[in-house]
Amino acid sequence: MPELESATATTPTGLSGEDEALLVRLRAGHEDAFVELVDRYHAQMVRLALSFVSSHSVAEEVAQEAWLGVLKGLDRFEGRSSLKTWIFRILTNTAKTRGQRESRIVPFASLGGTDADGEDAEFDLERFHPPGDALAGHWMSPPGEWETSPEDLMLSGEVRAQIEGAMAKLGPSQREVMRLRDIEGWSSEEVCNVLELTETNQRVLLHRARTKVRQALAQYFAGR
Amino acid sequence: MAALSCHELVGVVTDYLEGALPEAGRDRFESHLAACPHCTRYLEQFRLTIAATGTLSEDVIEPAAKEDLLRVFRDWKASAAPETL
Repeated sequence: MPELESATATTPTGLSGEDEALLVRLRAGHEDAFVELVDRYHAQMVRLALSFVSSHSVAEEVAQEAWLGVLKGLDRFEGRSSLKTWIFRILTNTAKTRGQRESRIVPFASLGGTDADGEDAEFDLERFHPPGDALAGHWMSPPGEWETSPEDLMLSGEVRAQIEGAMAKLGPSQREVMRLRDIEGWSSEEVCNVLELTETNQRVLLHRARTKVRQALAQYFAGR
Repeated sequence: MAALSCHELVGVVTDYLEGALPEAGRDRFESHLAACPHCTRYLEQFRLTIAATGTLSEDVIEPAAKEDLLRVFRDWKASAAPETL
């Protein structure tokens, strides 16, 4: 009987076994369980917080406040989302509140999602023959070859700098989605849950961001 | 169904990689690729871009930040109701 009760109380929608075990240890006050979570998520939390607040030190404070919120909320956590999604939701809420107090613009609440700007509409058009042309829709100047091996590309500091530079120029929503998906390795579902985006919106943001970063690398390889 | 143009293909690369294209769309995408070396190269570069972006990951916690967090944890534990511990 008691087993049945605790099972229905903590896992109404099936938390993963790993989350379940961590939660039990956390609730029992095991410091190593907390350290495990901190090692896994803290650096990512600080980076995500940075898109809502103005400085690294404030982002660290926000993450710390979020961890306290996590600890205090442990008893109320019902396992309707994964532990990770729940933790990052607390983080974004904390960061948004802090960002508003700093009266800084909150990217995901204010931009309607896609960071659409005039440049976005044109960035892919110029490379193709325009409608009505005999070659409409075909490459005007096809992508050039990148004279590098995939291994060299992965290891090149210059390539990394190019990517960082291109990402820095993206709108905040595009940058965050690309960072979470392609740097932090989150699933689209996780990104949608934490940033409160629809699947479609998330894909549009990701696509525009990746397209611009690829374009920046193409320019870099063309001019080398 | 009409063939996909290069321009259209470039617009749905992420949908393709995410498995978000309907079956017919995926077929059109792949038959275009089979006939178009430019778009094949583009897709390759798109994938390389994603892979190279993945190398930017760095999960470093500053020791001072970790110390602060351990203090937060110990304070929480000390103040939490005894029956939960």
